[in-house]
Amino acid sequence: MKGDADRPMGRWTRWWTRRRADQEAGRGAGRGAGLWARLYGAGPGHLAGLVVCFAVAGYAATRVVEAGIWLGFAVWFVGAAVFHDLVLWPLYSAADAVLRAPSRQHERPGGRPPLVNHVRVPVALSCLLLLVWFPLVLRGAEPNYVGAVGLSTSPYLARWLWITVALFVVSALLYAVRRRAAGRPGR
Amino acid sequence: MLGLVLLAGLTVVAVTGLLSYAAYDPRLPGNDTTPGKGLLGFYLFDWPTSPAWVYRVTQGAHVILGLTLVPVLLAKLWSVIPKLFDWPPARSLAQAVERVSLLLLVGGAGFQFATGILNIQLFYVFPFSFYPAHLYGAWIFLAALAVHVAVRLPMAIRALRSRDLRRELRTGLAGTRPEPPDPNGLVPVDPAPPTMSRRGLLAFVGGGSVLMFGLSAGQTFDGPLRRTALLAPHGREYGTGPNDFQINKTAASLGVTEADTGDAWRLVLAGAGRALLTRADLLALPLRTYALPIACVEGWSTEQVWTGVRLADLARLAGIPPGAAEVTARSVQRVGYFGQASLNAGQVSDPRSLLALRVNGADLSLDHGYPARIIVPNAPGVHNTKWVRELEFRRERP
Repeated sequence: MKGDADRPMGRWTRWWTRRRADQEAGRGAGRGAGLWARLYGAGPGHLAGLVVCFAVAGYAATRVVEAGIWLGFAVWFVGAAVFHDLVLWPLYSAADAVLRAPSRQHERPGGRPPLVNHVRVPVALSCLLLLVWFPLVLRGAEPNYVGAVGLSTSPYLARWLWITVALFVVSALLYAVRRRAAGRPGR
Repeated sequence: MLGLVLLAGLTVVAVTGLLSYAAYDPRLPGNDTTPGKGLLGFYLFDWPTSPAWVYRVTQGAHVILGLTLVPVLLAKLWSVIPKLFDWPPARSLAQAVERVSLLLLVGGAGFQFATGILNIQLFYVFPFSFYPAHLYGAWIFLAALAVHVAVRLPMAIRALRSRDLRRELRTGLAGTRPEPPDPNGLVPVDPAPPTMSRRGLLAFVGGGSVLMFGLSAGQTFDGPLRRTALLAPHGREYGTGPNDFQINKTAASLGVTEADTGDAWRLVLAGAGRALLTRADLLALPLRTYALPIACVEGWSTEQVWTGVRLADLARLAGIPPGAAEVTARSVQRVGYFGQASLNAGQVSDPRSLLALRVNGADLSLDHGYPARIIVPNAPGVHNTKWVRELEFRRERP
């Protein structure tokens, strides 16, 4: 690309790339660095950064112990680490497989545009809203909420449902527009 | 791309979060919700009163931006799923050590988002107090994030530059080809035929963010925009009266009754001496009126017009010169957190800092702190103590 070399990003990236390549090849700091790289698998800076990381995190962990909440904290922390990979991901992958199964049979080249994204995007966005706001929508927070705010959480379920309806309507309209466009000759 | 958006967004969320911790002035008596913080309070400073809108903006940004980043975080976790099945899990010592830090990174992100999101909905299902957990969790997460950025930024920049955004935005599903194999093994070896283009995925994730933002940001505004906060805990409409604005803790939930706040109520004014004042005594003092925001750690805020006695005047009345006077305000409330809060000398001496008796021209309602409440510019909401029964002024410690 012409002029690319003059862009600051270009220079920076090349510098990073070269530096990394040097590190990976163990160049730039003599034979000691090469031996280190073979034994450890990365430059000494890599280890230093991680040691600082573990020192800060370890210190924060001692504060958690000091606060007397370490057990609950640890359970929630590990739970949070695996929640997406072991709970959410299997759920949405399975749901997506179900959604995609019928649409595959309808795929014809030059035919109507695929329907699948017009179903899974509104479903996913609606699920996202529920994932974040379920204490309000499903009213789990009701006792604390009434005490604090002085109002009930009762409107939230209807709001979530109406937003879901709106997402499907918008998606259906977009699909209709795309289908008309695909149907027009000379596209 | 997702990583760089998260880097920019999380930097703002982290800085505003740490500022909020400073805004609580934990060094003043009774304010510290994390007494065991140790070195983690290294940066604390006297929280200022000007500009009055700073906390409204920073804490609104902390909560709303955090909500907006949820879809980006989920998409990022989805995009790195193949790494979960790497076997062997580490090919070198360096990789093994780095993977431990990734546990802190992913666990920290999930922990911070989950505790924050549950806390703003008052859904206290976690078996610990929010304040220490969210603060210490933040430091664990930020330590892991910093090292992750240091190690991976070059790769992220290379990945971003490997594709031209404008060309990607012109590429539909028919033109979408799988990513070429990469040295880090992040790219699936045998991907299924694409069902969504790269621009489609960006629009999907971005649309999720727009949705999260659009349905919650209204709780930081006044006027018609507030009605847009359809899925936010504190964007509710109460009515059109002078006291019809967001309540954060009702009198009933904290055991405050009409009997506590009726004719028998007296304000204890302690300082060089000790005096008892009735509400009529307070109303006879010079009254000032200011439009000031009240902004909560939970991210909502609203500006109202408050009328009351200057804290500086009350300090003088208590025999301590404003400018050198700190104050601890104690509430009638019997249960719950923040039954007292201390304010620094700068907050006491600001002419806009009031012991408010009225709001929008009417007497305060019981839920908004009748007979008297504190309102201080730029202070976090819970430091504007409601149902004040005692103001203890003292000289600032040198």
